[in-house]
Amino acid sequence: MAQRRWQEKAIQLTLVAMATTSLLVVVLIFLFLGKEAIPFLKDPGIARLLDRQWMPVSFQQEHFGLLPLLTGSLVVTLTATLITVPFSVLGAIYIAEIARPLEREFLKPFIELLASIPSVVLGFFGLVVLAPLVKALFGLPSGLNGLTGGLLLALMAIPTVISISEDAITSVPRHLKQASLALGASELQTILRVTVPAALPGIIAAVMLGMGRIVGETMVVMMVTGNAALVTLNPFQSVRTMTATIAAEMGEVSFGSIHYSALFCVGVVLMLVTFVLNLGAQRVLKRYGMMT
Amino acid sequence: MKNAGEGLTYLGLRLATYSVVLVIGYILADIIWHGIPALSWEFLSGPPRQSGAAGGILPAIVGTFYLVSGTLLVALPLGIGGALYLSEYATRNRLTMAIRLAISTLAGVPSIVFGLFGLGLFVIFCNFGASILAGALTLACMVLPTIIVACEEALLAVPQGLRSSSLALGATKWQAIRTNVLPYSLPGMLTGTILAIGRAAGETAPILLTAAAFFLPRLPGSIFDQVMALPYHLYILATQHPEAEKVRPMQYATALVLLLLVLGITMGATILRSRFRKKYRW
Repeated sequence: MAQRRWQEKAIQLTLVAMATTSLLVVVLIFLFLGKEAIPFLKDPGIARLLDRQWMPVSFQQEHFGLLPLLTGSLVVTLTATLITVPFSVLGAIYIAEIARPLEREFLKPFIELLASIPSVVLGFFGLVVLAPLVKALFGLPSGLNGLTGGLLLALMAIPTVISISEDAITSVPRHLKQASLALGASELQTILRVTVPAALPGIIAAVMLGMGRIVGETMVVMMVTGNAALVTLNPFQSVRTMTATIAAEMGEVSFGSIHYSALFCVGVVLMLVTFVLNLGAQRVLKRYGMMT
Repeated sequence: MKNAGEGLTYLGLRLATYSVVLVIGYILADIIWHGIPALSWEFLSGPPRQSGAAGGILPAIVGTFYLVSGTLLVALPLGIGGALYLSEYATRNRLTMAIRLAISTLAGVPSIVFGLFGLGLFVIFCNFGASILAGALTLACMVLPTIIVACEEALLAVPQGLRSSSLALGATKWQAIRTNVLPYSLPGMLTGTILAIGRAAGETAPILLTAAAFFLPRLPGSIFDQVMALPYHLYILATQHPEAEKVRPMQYATALVLLLLVLGITMGATILRSRFRKKYRW
């Protein structure tokens, strides 16, 4: 009996330890990003990050200003969000409320298929098919710009946003809809004036989660945005995002150099931005009881 | 009863939905259409030649397979253990809340940040170098939250009655879990995990900094070797190759193989899951 009790205790302790791994990983992520970023903050100093240029390799003077990378990420994120929101919200309404059951059985998995296409494949498609199209359509010198990146990122975010928004719409209590219909509202009036407003917090949270995915996406933007570190908010210009900067430059720096440390600073900023977006989304979901 | 305005709104909703479907269909069709002619047995089973311009992609396929297996080996037990604790043992205390917060935080961390983390911890601090080991550990950290959530869902789907009846017969807590909960939730846990692993197979950013090598015609000999991997191979072929236009067929064929691999894993798991769901209906 004593042995059995001991055994039970041991199993429970093992499971606690395994569950705590996630906690450990999060702590280690902050620790190691910080550890590699701090040398930059100490030696060249944090003020160097406020520069207006990102030019980490130069014969005269290196610049490590985060501004062009921040505007780069902002341009593609805003472009992508502006494209994602209408398609996702309309799509979610259609799938949740209008589509026939058989149609829904096809639409849901098919759109989720989009979520499992590897980002590098989407980036390749963007490079070969979409960028030339954008170039020809808008008469630009190059199709590698913020807009092309934004379009592809929207494709990556749409399945996430649709499926969470759809959950939110489906979970609106039935009696709200029935009351509206009983008062003589048409089906469409009920959807647009009752169901969707009731599901709005969930839809907003879905968009925020989608934005978190967009900000953090690397391969697509690295392949199709042209990667010129310009301070611009024009989606028709080439931009360089934070993620692409890290991925493209980390392979070429020597460990422990200023540049290496600067890239970890970029990583910290990126981590904080996505952390805030995700936390915000979860707050919204929790406040309105849409998450268990 | 529907007036013209309503009809138009319905049309708009349907149009928005089906334009997304159309775009997905177009992407898939484009990759398949251009990829199939370049596929051959030699391409699938041979090493690359002329830095990827000719030959095959076998080392990249094998590399991705090693990375994915390593990820599974690390993440599956941790995920199942974590989920078991959260769903069966955890009480509402500080630790549980911290773990839940950590899981949702982890789920939102960008993949490139996992790459930085893996570089700092596994490659440099643990001195594994850029290797299969470092890459698999990094990917495991990345998929861990998804696996935990999937496993927890599978555990929650087992009716409470099965646990209590076992406990009522005098079983200890672990005995009840082992005999009455695990067998019924295992299929759900496995399929959920496979879905997460499918995503890991297509990820590029984390292995970019921790494991991948572009041109390595021989197969890896140990877990401390660098490897080629399908997503990274495609990225390099598409963007860094001096004659990107010329190797286009190779690019399309690599994209197709990667796409088929990831979609195959995902669809397989989805089909398995729906089958198990039908089998155990409480």
